[in-house]
Amino acid sequence: MKAIPSPETNMEQPTTTSTSHSHSGSPTIGEPMTLRTDTAIEMQNLSAWYSKNQVLHAIDLDIAAKQVCAFIGPSGCGKSTLLRWLNRMNDTIPGARATGKIALHGVSLLDTALDVVDLRRRVGMVFQKPNPFPKSIFDNVAFGPRLHRIYSRTDLEELVEQSLRASALWDEVKDRLTSSALGLSGGQQQRLCIARAIAVGPELLLMDEPCSALDPRSTASIEELIRELRATYTIVIVTHNMQQASRVSDSTAFFYEGKLVETGPTDVLFTTPKERRTEDYVTGRFG
Amino acid sequence: MKTGRTIPQAKRILSNRLMWAACLGATTIAVLVLSALLITIAIEGTGALTWSFLTSFASRKPAQAGIIAPLMGSIWVCAICAIVAIPVGIGTAIYLEEYARRSRIKSLIQLNISNLSGVPSIVYGILALVAFVRFFGIRTADDAWTFGNAESIFYLQIPFGPSVIAGGLTLALVVLPIMIISSQEALRSVPQSLRQAALALGSTQWQVVWHVTLPAALPTIMTGAILSMSRAIGEAAPLLVIGGFLLVFQTPANLMSDFTVLPLQIYNWAGRPQSDFHKIAAAAIIVQLVVLLAFNTIAIIIRQKLQRPLQS
Amino acid sequence: MTSIAARTAAEISQRGRIRSAAFQGFFEGSIKAMLIALTLLSVLTTVVIIAVLVEETIGFFTMADHPEISLWSFFTGTEWSPLLGAKPLFGVLPLISGTLLVTAIAGIFAMPVGLLTAVFLSEYASPRTRSILKSVLEVLAGVPTVVYGFFALTFITPYLLQPLSSSFGTYNAMGAGIAVGIMILPIVCSLSEDALRAVPQSLRDGAYALGATKFDVTAKVVIPAGLSGVVAAFLLALTRAIGETMIVALAAGGLAQLTANPSQQVQTMTAYMVQIFLGDAPAAGVEYRSSYAVAFTLFLITFIMTWTGAVILKRYREEYE
Repeated sequence: MKAIPSPETNMEQPTTTSTSHSHSGSPTIGEPMTLRTDTAIEMQNLSAWYSKNQVLHAIDLDIAAKQVCAFIGPSGCGKSTLLRWLNRMNDTIPGARATGKIALHGVSLLDTALDVVDLRRRVGMVFQKPNPFPKSIFDNVAFGPRLHRIYSRTDLEELVEQSLRASALWDEVKDRLTSSALGLSGGQQQRLCIARAIAVGPELLLMDEPCSALDPRSTASIEELIRELRATYTIVIVTHNMQQASRVSDSTAFFYEGKLVETGPTDVLFTTPKERRTEDYVTGRFG
Repeated sequence: MKTGRTIPQAKRILSNRLMWAACLGATTIAVLVLSALLITIAIEGTGALTWSFLTSFASRKPAQAGIIAPLMGSIWVCAICAIVAIPVGIGTAIYLEEYARRSRIKSLIQLNISNLSGVPSIVYGILALVAFVRFFGIRTADDAWTFGNAESIFYLQIPFGPSVIAGGLTLALVVLPIMIISSQEALRSVPQSLRQAALALGSTQWQVVWHVTLPAALPTIMTGAILSMSRAIGEAAPLLVIGGFLLVFQTPANLMSDFTVLPLQIYNWAGRPQSDFHKIAAAAIIVQLVVLLAFNTIAIIIRQKLQRPLQS
Repeated sequence: MTSIAARTAAEISQRGRIRSAAFQGFFEGSIKAMLIALTLLSVLTTVVIIAVLVEETIGFFTMADHPEISLWSFFTGTEWSPLLGAKPLFGVLPLISGTLLVTAIAGIFAMPVGLLTAVFLSEYASPRTRSILKSVLEVLAGVPTVVYGFFALTFITPYLLQPLSSSFGTYNAMGAGIAVGIMILPIVCSLSEDALRAVPQSLRDGAYALGATKFDVTAKVVIPAGLSGVVAAFLLALTRAIGETMIVALAAGGLAQLTANPSQQVQTMTAYMVQIFLGDAPAAGVEYRSSYAVAFTLFLITFIMTWTGAVILKRYREEYE
């Protein structure tokens, strides 16, 4: 089973400005794959199906490390599907398959020999509706580490505290770590899910419309959290809220009907988009 | 605008009232019938319900008869049934709900389990007779394989013969389909989002089941297990077929002991023409119902106290 | 990331998981294999039941010293007197008619009363009443059936039936039938109520908004919508009634006769089996084998009924979402 190489070298790298390519949906064949230390994810000619239904068409996209990349597009354009291929969560759906190449730090994710469980340890995911386990707050955050070795009580306590601090929840829950996670508000639960995801020390954080079930205040606090987390993690966020994309992300990729229409730095994409369809979408003419 | 013929308002009101009356009447009939049942039993039986009744053995004279033998027999048999049926039932449910993909084979297995839950319990008695009591004739009772010595509880002989362990396994057969179906429903009620969260953190399939799904479903599974056991305590027909012991004068000492159960003793006494036997039959029924009520109360308490929402 | 988290992440990424991937794969595989084995037990049960019943039934029909026994005489013969020494007769129709008579009486009692009570519980009763009554129903579902048999013998026949008409003997089909009906009443009521409650409130609201009375809503919207569940409930209850042993063994009598008269004694298939297994018939004898043939017939009947119920549920269940 192939493992993903350690990202430690990445941690000391200064963040670089985005060097993502901007393809207009046409596939580039034959370009050699080089391991860039500032590119976290590379996708080439990625197509995906649910049984007979093709949902992604020949996606070419690079995502830079330690930045926030937003996937935007109207409902049904395939952005959530693409996100779920990044940690192979689509394996749980019978009939889901993909062709092409996805590489995380150079390791191909579509390889059948890939240790998927290991992959999911290194890629964290936050879902649309907060889904804390019906356990205590402590047990929620400690769940991941307990799966992967850390057993000593003091280690766990420190790890839980650090994760909760990193997701801006510590002060609110430090006195009730043993109470049920379901007693928290929606925004708190989502921050708990973020804490739970980062407790295993992932390299990549995937967020599937993390604020769509939350009220505006919780949304604002989570967006601020995302901006802070960017210093440590590569983040990909799917959102149908364009204003959120422009607030939070460094680069944006716009999808339409399963194809990547345009990608680029967020401010460029929103002010001077290259494609007509992109411009129509970001100005709200459809969506 | 030409409207169609309308039903007169009075007639609609009448049919509405009639239905309400019919429903209330039906519920009243049901309640009355069941009250009559309880009252009959109480009238007949409370007189005979004494401490010596609970601790004596059966006897030809109704005044001296007691139910200690069937009571202990029921406990032994149900304990064996629980030890076998509950793990097998939960394990099967876990496989069907968490591991098996949708396929024709899986549908067939589900249909099979559904059918098994409809099979009359006496047919399970026949199956147990051939498979457990006689072991398909591989060995006869005279030259049986023996394990352990007769003093220990775990003394075993193959073929089992009409013994406590055969009785327990018979009940396990009866109870297994119900256990599987109720455990499956319990697992199905765990929201998919919890499994997804665990998978996304890097759990293997079994880790998801063991750490997330099973704990979440456990109160419902336990309720189902207790209700299955309360059904098992009341079964008589299959045990009749495998052993047919209606008069036993000792409590079970090891797995190979002869046995009888409370419903069989009730059957024995109820079938006698003398009304004195009817009285002690009613007393035995009271004991049986008290046990049943205890089981169900435990199940309700579990449901109230332990079942908590799995997502907000 | 501060110190502990960074250290942890580094540690995890270096040392990998607590178990090597190979061991984890082996562990997961053996758990799955064990669970499959448990599941196969249920398949094995059916296979063995069928094998045992078929073998003995074939033995019954091919007995050398009873050439008169054939499938035809079995299924069309109208006399069942297996213990009649010189010339025992094995027409199964009296046993089937006994079973059907008792079941029909049970159904006529339990299905209307059960359904109407279910309607009361789901449409009229307050939540508190409903939860109390449902707990009561749950308790009743666990009452041993001998108790109902006892009730038939000591109350139904002497105090309800015999005052009505002197033709009711101590053992009769009616008393047993009513007792079986009482036994299946909780099943009918509980399962029908589940089916009716599963009908979404939005359907009822839509009908009320059109000016319907409660009767209209219940009879024309709710019951039709939940019909597949109600029919499945009826089938399940009738299957239980057919397979019931102890009540009929106690209260219906031991005389197998082909009759539709409920005041008469009848013997059901299950009661006959009890009679044989309680008795001293030799294992290779014709009476003993005949009980297996009866058991196989019973198994087939309940199998067909359960299968029909499953098909009805699958085909006609309305998906509300």
